[in-house]
Amino acid sequence: MIAAFTIAQVIVACLAGLLCVAIGLAGRRPNDLTLGALVLVEVLLLAQLVVALIAPALGNHPTGSVPLFYVYLISAVLIPPLAVVWALIERTRWSTVVLGVAAFAIAVMVVRMQQIWTP
Amino acid sequence: MSGAQNTESPEAANTDGAAGAGAVARRTGSGVGRVLVAVYAVLAIAATGRSVFQIIDRFAEAPVAFLLSALAGVIYLVATIALAARLRMLAIITISIELLGVLVVGTLSMVAPAVLGLDSLDPFGRESTVWSAFGAGYLLVPLVLPVLGLLYLRSTAVRAAKG
Repeated sequence: MIAAFTIAQVIVACLAGLLCVAIGLAGRRPNDLTLGALVLVEVLLLAQLVVALIAPALGNHPTGSVPLFYVYLISAVLIPPLAVVWALIERTRWSTVVLGVAAFAIAVMVVRMQQIWTP
Repeated sequence: MSGAQNTESPEAANTDGAAGAGAVARRTGSGVGRVLVAVYAVLAIAATGRSVFQIIDRFAEAPVAFLLSALAGVIYLVATIALAARLRMLAIITISIELLGVLVVGTLSMVAPAVLGLDSLDPFGRESTVWSAFGAGYLLVPLVLPVLGLLYLRSTAVRAAKG
């Protein structure tokens, strides 16, 4: 993993989480802004997947458990789409908060992924 | 696709959850309960995934702790489903077990870690489990969540009785 990219990703995920929780508690249903924030979080996760696949070939080898890293990464990749689908099934203010919860979960998981890559 | 939910205006729907409280018997899988279900789902995946990996990778290191962790993961999964599917009694039972588990195992992990086969108390360490040190490795969510869950179930029960 690339530490700077990981930090940027965690910041984006936390900001997306704060945004969605705040907008949700303000009573807004999922909208383009909050759903877009989750799409951004997902795009960065997919970028992280590409980085993880390419990095070892470029000399950036993981020193920790590779299978565990991918368990986290693949689980993380699945979370934003599930949150978005669930938000669209029942569109209430709380669905927007759920989007925020998903974004915060991603932030925590990415921190753990960095710890696993380089213990 | 124009489902039933799309027939109401966004303005009217903005206040649902708050304004709708008390009008009907509250269902646990909707409204603010959705947030609870989401947090439970994340914790269930985190606890189950991690314990499965620990059991496959290093079961001999701390078998009691890892099995307890797997049990916790399964209970979180059942609680998530119970909350989402509005199985109130099952939700109360599983969430009560969680609260008991985090208190008992959390205390054991601090006072007598050897009973659980734990060498290290590092909440982020390789032997860390969901209930060790009261769930410190999971930002204490395992300690706080059952309390919130039971309070939520109680509040919806009161509303359901009034409705």
